[in-house]
Amino acid sequence: MEVWALQLFNGLSLSSILLLIALGLALSFGLMNVINLAHGEFIMIGAYTTYALQQAALSFTGDPQSGVTFLIAIPVSFVVAGAAGYVVENALIRFLYRRPLDTLLATWGVGLFLQQLARSIFGAPNVQVVAPPWLGSALTVTSDLVLPIKRVFILALVTACIGGLYWYMYRSSEGRRMRGVMQNREMAASLGVSTRRVDSFTFALGSGLAGIAGCALTLIGPIGPSLGTFYVVDAFIVVILGGLGQVPGTILAALIIGMLNTMLEFGTTAVVGKVLVFAMVILFLQWRPAGLMRAKGR
Amino acid sequence: MFRQPDPFLTIKGLSVGYGQSLVLTDVALDVPEGQVVCLMGRNGVGKTTLLKAIMGLLNPRAGQIRFGQSDMTRWAPHKRAKAGFGYVPQGRHIFPYLTVHENLQMGLEAFAGKQGRAEAVERMYGLFPALKTYAKKVAGTLSGGQQQQLALARALVRQPSLLLLDEPTEGIQPSIVQEIEELLHRLREQNETTILLVEQFLDFALGIADYCYVMEKGAIVLEGAARDLDHNLVREYVAV
Repeated sequence: MEVWALQLFNGLSLSSILLLIALGLALSFGLMNVINLAHGEFIMIGAYTTYALQQAALSFTGDPQSGVTFLIAIPVSFVVAGAAGYVVENALIRFLYRRPLDTLLATWGVGLFLQQLARSIFGAPNVQVVAPPWLGSALTVTSDLVLPIKRVFILALVTACIGGLYWYMYRSSEGRRMRGVMQNREMAASLGVSTRRVDSFTFALGSGLAGIAGCALTLIGPIGPSLGTFYVVDAFIVVILGGLGQVPGTILAALIIGMLNTMLEFGTTAVVGKVLVFAMVILFLQWRPAGLMRAKGR
Repeated sequence: MFRQPDPFLTIKGLSVGYGQSLVLTDVALDVPEGQVVCLMGRNGVGKTTLLKAIMGLLNPRAGQIRFGQSDMTRWAPHKRAKAGFGYVPQGRHIFPYLTVHENLQMGLEAFAGKQGRAEAVERMYGLFPALKTYAKKVAGTLSGGQQQQLALARALVRQPSLLLLDEPTEGIQPSIVQEIEELLHRLREQNETTILLVEQFLDFALGIADYCYVMEKGAIVLEGAARDLDHNLVREYVAV
């Protein structure tokens, strides 16, 4: 019983990271119809930002486990990955908005470029971020069920991010503009909204969320230049299953995919588990092509 | 006699098309400040295309759009909005998943100045009491007539100097049509807004307009002061 509870918890924590990654993809698809194949590399940027920050702290203080560094790394990853996204959107993607296939190829190219850049700077082998000591302990629920604090922390971090995103989208005027542009771009522009600015900001926001996901991933395992590729495929599946551009659907889909992945991998092997998940999603989409949730209204 | 006011919005030699086909050819049109100018014509002659080009949603192939002192032919729509344009498109185009209140706030994007935003929204609620009742409701659930009122309020809330109205009475219940007509007559009397109105309903159009243009196949075929125009001739152009 406790084994399953632990698996359930691990599934939840994987779901939460997937969700953070998928939300960025869902935002840029919902707003600009851009399928961003470089999204995984913003995860990688966030992870390496955390690593670089720790290395810098190490050379200053000589203490690799400085707990404060990791807390600082969270907002810094957000800002660095967001800034990278802002640059990519302004330098490349905005010229390709009406050409979906070209965007696909171009963002893939950007992804390869960023991976190679990371290899040149940090080297090809994986590197390890040392988790601060206060994240090394475990939460004992019962004598058989022990939850790693790291995973609890990730869950809390993602919850805070989603709360922040919700506030931004539904309570701030920037968020209102963003929803307006999503629903009717021409009309929003006719009322005085600079759609260009909304596009850039939204893309940067999605990239920044991926950066936070990358920062969180350093707690789970070693990081390398192709870290993002591994997660971005699952994130795409989440976005498609959730219904394109639908935030509540994305949340539900991330839970389902994360749980299924963990449960099926536990019952079989990693490869078989993934094949089973993909097969289930494909079958589901045959039945409901628009995904779990679709836009409704008159 | 009185001095003819300077042209406010001036369009010269405007040609607009979608892809390969040309919808408007060499259109010229003036909207003098403080007046109501009406654009008439059958479905599909290019009235909506002209309004979209004026708003900047379509790029003209040739020609010029001037507003006051500035040539805004190549301006982005949001810059035109900030310059004073208020647009009520055909089919309303309210934001269906935003609340009524949020829709009105979107209308304030081009509001000049920091103060007075809340008062401006309150004024709209005074003008359209139904909108106040449904302020927190998602706009997509309103009836067609209410959506039209919302589209009007959204354009009026920032007090535009030029109001572009695309068939504001099309396909909504008669009681609201009457309210909208009364509102436009009031706006005209208050003399604060210049209006370019696209309208198929002849009696209403000729009753409110100072000057009329009639379009056919993407070109202006008839124009004149509303009281001088031969109503039967106009009727022939507009009749289906």
